[in-house]
Amino acid sequence: MSESSASATRITPGNALRPEDIALLDVKPGDAVAEYALCLGDDALILAQRLGWWISRAPELEEDVALANIALDQIGHARSFLTYAGRAWGRTEDDLAYFRREPEFRSVHLVEQPNGDFARTIARQFVVALYQWELYSRLVESDDPTIAAIAAKAVKEVDYHRDHSVQWVLRLALGTDESRRRMVDGLRLTWPYVDELFADFPLIDALGGAGVRPSTLRAPFDAAVQKVLVEAELEVPAVPGAVGGGRLGRHSEHLGYILAELQVLAREHPGASW
Amino acid sequence: MTGGSTTGDDGANAPSSGPQESRAPWPLWEVFVRSSRGLSHVHAGSLHAPDAAMAVRNARDLYTRRNEGVSLWVVPAAAIVTSDPDAKDRFFESPQGKDYRHATYYTKSEGVKHL
Repeated sequence: MSESSASATRITPGNALRPEDIALLDVKPGDAVAEYALCLGDDALILAQRLGWWISRAPELEEDVALANIALDQIGHARSFLTYAGRAWGRTEDDLAYFRREPEFRSVHLVEQPNGDFARTIARQFVVALYQWELYSRLVESDDPTIAAIAAKAVKEVDYHRDHSVQWVLRLALGTDESRRRMVDGLRLTWPYVDELFADFPLIDALGGAGVRPSTLRAPFDAAVQKVLVEAELEVPAVPGAVGGGRLGRHSEHLGYILAELQVLAREHPGASW
Repeated sequence: MTGGSTTGDDGANAPSSGPQESRAPWPLWEVFVRSSRGLSHVHAGSLHAPDAAMAVRNARDLYTRRNEGVSLWVVPAAAIVTSDPDAKDRFFESPQGKDYRHATYYTKSEGVKHL
C-alpha cells in the first residue's frame, strides 16, 4: 500500500476494504450472514454482467465509460461480498462466481432483466441504485463489521449511480417525445420487478442485526422515487408485480444465458489466469 | 458484436434496430482537474456532453477514474478564446533576448547573504 501511495500518478487504494483483505481475515461469517452476503453479491455480479454489455454500444463514448464504471463498482461490491461469503465454506470468490449453477444464485429478478434500449437500462439503474443506496446506508450499521465495511465503501459509489440514473431519467423524460416514450416504456417494463426487492425472505429472521429487513426499505425508496418522478413529470407505472423467488434460487429464463456467458471461460479453462 | 451476445438485448428494443434519427452531436467541453489541494486546475482533455451538469459528471467518469482529482472544472470549448496560431511571432517572440527579465540574469552582489 505504501508503494502505491508514493506513485507520481497518485494511484492510491485509499482506506477501503478490498476483497484481498477480506480473504485474509481471521473471522468467518456464520451460515446466515454468508447466505446474506451471497444475496447481495449475486445482485451486484449479475447487474455488472448486464451493464458490461453496453461497453462499446452506448449512445456516446462518454456514456459508455460511465456505464462501465458503474459495472466495475458493482463487480467490486460483488467480489467483496462473495469473498466474505466464501470464507464460511472454504470457497473463493471465483469458485462462487464461476462454479455455481443457476438455482444456487440468490440474485433478484430485477438485475437479470434485459438491457433493452438505453432508457430501459436507465430505468433498471434508477430502481437498483435507489434501492442499493437505502440498503447500504442502513448496512453501514450492521452488527457484522465486515458487512458494515463493505457497505461503507459501496454506499459512496452507489450514491453516484443514483445521481447518474436520476440525471438521465430527468433528461429522457423531459427531452423529446421519443425519449419520453422510451423512458415511460422502460419504467413500465422494470416496475414489475420492484416488489421482490422489498419482500422479506426467511433468511432475514436468522440474521439479527447483521442485515436489514427489506420491507423496512420500501417507504424511503418510494419517497425517493416519487421525488424524482414528480420532477420528471412521470408516474409510478400501474403494473402488477412479477413472481419473484430469486433469493430462493428461482430465476427467470434470462439468468441461464447470463451465466453461460459469464462462466464459459472459467469452465472451459479451469484455473486459467490472464 | 457479431455472432450474438446472449446476455444483451432482447432484440425488440435494440439500440441499432430502430430508424436512426440524425441528431446534433453533443457540444464539446474542456476539462480541468485539480489533483490535490493547493495545486491549480490543469487542463486534462475534452469531452462531449449535452449540458453542463452532465459535462461535469462525464468529466468525473473519464478523467478521475484513477484517483487523479479532488476538483473538476468544465468549460464550454466554444467559450475559450485562444491566441492566434498564425500570430506566434508577434505574440511570443518579443521576450526572446530579454534575459534581464529573469532573476538569474543578475549576479549576486557581494555582501548579500542567503540569496
